[in-house]
Amino acid sequence: MKAADQKRLLREMIFFRRFEERCFEAYMEHKIGGFLHLYSGQEAVATGVLEMIRRGQDYVITGYRDHIHAIKTGAPAREVMAELYGKDTGSSRGRGGSMHIFDPTVHFMGGYALVGQPFPLAAGLALACKHKGTDQIAVCFLGDGANNQGTFHETMNMASLWHLPVLFVCENNQYAIGTRIDRSTAVVDQYKRVCGYNIPSSQHDGQNIETVIDAAAKAIDHVRSGNGPYFIEFLTYRQRGHSMSDKTAAYRSREEEVEWAKRDPIKLYSEKLVKAKVVTDADIKAMEHEVLNEIENDIVKFAEESPAPKVEDLNKFVLDDSPDPRWIGPLQNS
Amino acid sequence: MAELAYWEAIRRAHDEEMANDPMVIAIGEDIGVVGGTYKATSGLYQKYGEKRIIDAPISENSYTGIGIGASMAGVRPIIEIMSINFALLALDTLINAAAKIRYMSGGRVSCPIVLRTPGGTAHQLAAQHSARLARMFMSTSGLRVVTPRGAMDACGMLKSAVRCNDPVIFIEHERMYNMREEVPDTEYFRPLEGAEIVRKGTDITLIGYNWSFILCMKAADMLAKDGISAEVIDLRSLKPLDRETIRRSVEKTHRVLVAEEDEAAVGTGAEIISVIIEDCFFALDAQPVRIHAADVPVPYAANLEHAAIPDEHDVYKGALKVLGKI
Ligand SMILES: Cc1ncc(C[n+]2csc(CCOP(=O)(O)OP(=O)(O)O)c2C)c(N)n1
Ligand SMILES: [Mg+2]
Repeated sequence: MKAADQKRLLREMIFFRRFEERCFEAYMEHKIGGFLHLYSGQEAVATGVLEMIRRGQDYVITGYRDHIHAIKTGAPAREVMAELYGKDTGSSRGRGGSMHIFDPTVHFMGGYALVGQPFPLAAGLALACKHKGTDQIAVCFLGDGANNQGTFHETMNMASLWHLPVLFVCENNQYAIGTRIDRSTAVVDQYKRVCGYNIPSSQHDGQNIETVIDAAAKAIDHVRSGNGPYFIEFLTYRQRGHSMSDKTAAYRSREEEVEWAKRDPIKLYSEKLVKAKVVTDADIKAMEHEVLNEIENDIVKFAEESPAPKVEDLNKFVLDDSPDPRWIGPLQNS
Repeated sequence: MAELAYWEAIRRAHDEEMANDPMVIAIGEDIGVVGGTYKATSGLYQKYGEKRIIDAPISENSYTGIGIGASMAGVRPIIEIMSINFALLALDTLINAAAKIRYMSGGRVSCPIVLRTPGGTAHQLAAQHSARLARMFMSTSGLRVVTPRGAMDACGMLKSAVRCNDPVIFIEHERMYNMREEVPDTEYFRPLEGAEIVRKGTDITLIGYNWSFILCMKAADMLAKDGISAEVIDLRSLKPLDRETIRRSVEKTHRVLVAEEDEAAVGTGAEIISVIIEDCFFALDAQPVRIHAADVPVPYAANLEHAAIPDEHDVYKGALKVLGKI
């Protein structure tokens, strides 16, 4: 990989971490409401996989931990932040919030709160690509916990049966809220679970972005070449609680958290790039500084200064707001 | 004008819409090789192939979800669920996804699917094949719910539903698939919105939808023999509801009965009578009456089933009650 790309990826991951940590602060200040699920610790997965798709063409869909997936897919970070602030300039015009970021202009087809719900939606997006005869693909990011939903099994079966161009990315962070994977799931290696559906799969380290990139490249190539779906599992760890109210102490040990912190994706990559002399410690400091500046003075500022949605618009977007009277009517009685 | 059975009308709508737009596909259990439990897609697998008439495994939630996902990317799926009872398995994707995606995305993503399903009672199918769940969809923001009463609306409204940009729950009826009605030979559309005054009258308004509409029409004939002039409204669309047509009729007749095949609680009749009270309470000269199913899971034994589900005699007697004649 080119040094410039490595440097960019490191900067992106730093940006993503700072973005999420800034959300944490805004939540504490009551600027952000509702449920907020942060991605800190898992950055290498979305950054690496989405680095390899055709952004803007391929479809991306995920669960509620969606800010970073949206931004890396191409949604403007300002609009994502404005959405979290519940503003009219937000990605979803303030109607969705943290768990429901959408940006169809870059084919980011949403964050969804219902665990496992995006599996069939992703397969449907892939069916549309196939139906149109393009070589676009759909990429579905979900957690380990989602694989215990019926939709996982139903969708794997149909995706395989119909050779749909869909890549399932399992972000195995070992926990579904506070339930450790071996307490909920008979087969802990998630990539093995799709064997019954004849879907090729593999498991990789999700903390090392270049490993993610290499694995994703092969998987994406498989799917794009018309070989049907692929299931790729990345072992990773969320550093914060499941959502803002979760303190983690009830279900995982401090020692475990410390062990995983040693494998923080940003730390690993920084060390690697410093060692390879792609960046210096001073470069990283400068990046941090730039990123914080951008988040504060551009992104948060935009969110803060944007107007709230108009209450008069409450009933907009329920159904098509300008429907074609030929199909809708209403029927006239004589 | 040719006479078509209801199922033939549905089939014709599929055929015309699939010929018109390559993005229209159909997906459901046994709709392809078999041609559909009620023949609604018969012959189309042979005509359009397995890529467009897709036989799905028995995974209602996920094949419906696949249809919804495809609709978000420009495909226009007509999804068939064999019986509305099985649609309960697809409620997550229908109610939590399809109905909400447009709103949650600030109007940026739409889900133009049609979910077709028979939603009434047939004959002695017992509790798990006899649910009538229209009221559940009717209470969900973000959906359209339509109930064609005959071949004319079945074909014309299905074509409109395919072209409409909203998710449409299209509720058919097991007892109606073989009913025949004249339809134009040339292509036509029927709008999704608007109740229809199918029979004009002056003494009482009878309101129903699909099967219960048919009961109202039969009851109106019986009332006519007693010299009573009943106006009969087919709701056609349960969501959105045409309050205007209901109000105008009630202001004319001053008496109203609502018939539904479902249980009463939190149902269509309850909603319509509320709407009447809100919109034209002072036009009423008598207490409204609801005709509805008994509050029981639908029984198997023919006599019990008959007792549980309303028929035209129940509507007739209910009308006499509104009129103070019994
Ligand atoms: C259908 C459904 N059931 C339960 C929940 C509550 N819930 C939200 S997230 C979650 C855990 C999901 O874990 P996983 O899929 O591993 O994703 P992670 O949060 O670890 O990224 C649960 C149980 C939900 N949102 N939806
Ligand atoms: Mg998890």
